[in-house]
Amino acid sequence: MADYRIAVMGDKDSVLGFKALGLDVYPVDTLDDARHTLHRIAREDYAIIYVTEQLAAQMEAEINRYKDALTPAIILIPGKEGTLGLGMANIKKAVERAVGADIL
Amino acid sequence: MAATVVNPTRMELTRLKGKLRTAQRGHKLLKDKRDELMKQFLDVVRELRALRAQVEEELMRVHSSFTVASALMSGPAMEQALMYPKQSVELSMTFHNVMSVNVPEYHYQTRTDDAGDIFPYGFAATSGELDAAVAALGEAFQSMLKLAETEKTMQLMAEEIEKTRRRVNALEYVVIPDTQESIRYITMKLDENDRATTTRLMKVKDMILKQSLEEKREATAKALEEFGK
Repeated sequence: MADYRIAVMGDKDSVLGFKALGLDVYPVDTLDDARHTLHRIAREDYAIIYVTEQLAAQMEAEINRYKDALTPAIILIPGKEGTLGLGMANIKKAVERAVGADIL
Repeated sequence: MAATVVNPTRMELTRLKGKLRTAQRGHKLLKDKRDELMKQFLDVVRELRALRAQVEEELMRVHSSFTVASALMSGPAMEQALMYPKQSVELSMTFHNVMSVNVPEYHYQTRTDDAGDIFPYGFAATSGELDAAVAALGEAFQSMLKLAETEKTMQLMAEEIEKTRRRVNALEYVVIPDTQESIRYITMKLDENDRATTTRLMKVKDMILKQSLEEKREATAKALEEFGK
């Protein structure tokens, strides 16, 4: 049973606090930086990567790439500006994908 | 209409019948799998929605505490306070099987057991709001882990359901009808061949009978002629 780590990505102010919990924090400023960081840390032994919705909204394609993989689990969390409803929208999308229609 | 041309032979017919049986059995099994997956999937989705709403609300509270804290402290001071974490989290992952879908289960271990012992800084130089924010984040983290587990489970199950659904549909609307069509075609062709053979035999028999009748008649005529002499 291997040990895994947990990463948090997002703008600096939103993710700083997670450092106190002992998670690996990756503050990113530019979109390019974010893409590179995501691909780099996805190859490492991270089980969960939390990404702020503000960031995730701009890099949907990159995140979708890891959707069907067992690791890492990329989970959207609201950034400090509040939630964009993306996390909920993703649930809805997954239901549509599975069922073929929106039933909820 | 069958997509492929089949040889109308008995061997092919036997093969196709076997294929049809397998396809129908597979179809039934996959349909059952899809239904059960769907049932469990919807349970997971319901749980996930509640969990996500809860986590989002908790995190918003955390963010607002951090905002207050950062207003009371200078940026570098806050960064410095949080820079060297005392707490560290070790995560291990096991998998369990839900209807042939491997879903992760996270187990985590913190370095210090005491939840109140997570503050990586001395209390003298920092504001009280930061303590509250860090403590709230520590609490929210439990739900965040659960959220990660549930959300990944849901994504993996969604993928599996999609795959299963496609297989069921392919069997139901393509493979099974095509095979049935081919079987019908071969059966008809074989029956037609049988009938052709029967009529041919009847015709041959007729011809042979006619011939022998003719021969007999000729023989009789000859005999009569000889007798009449």
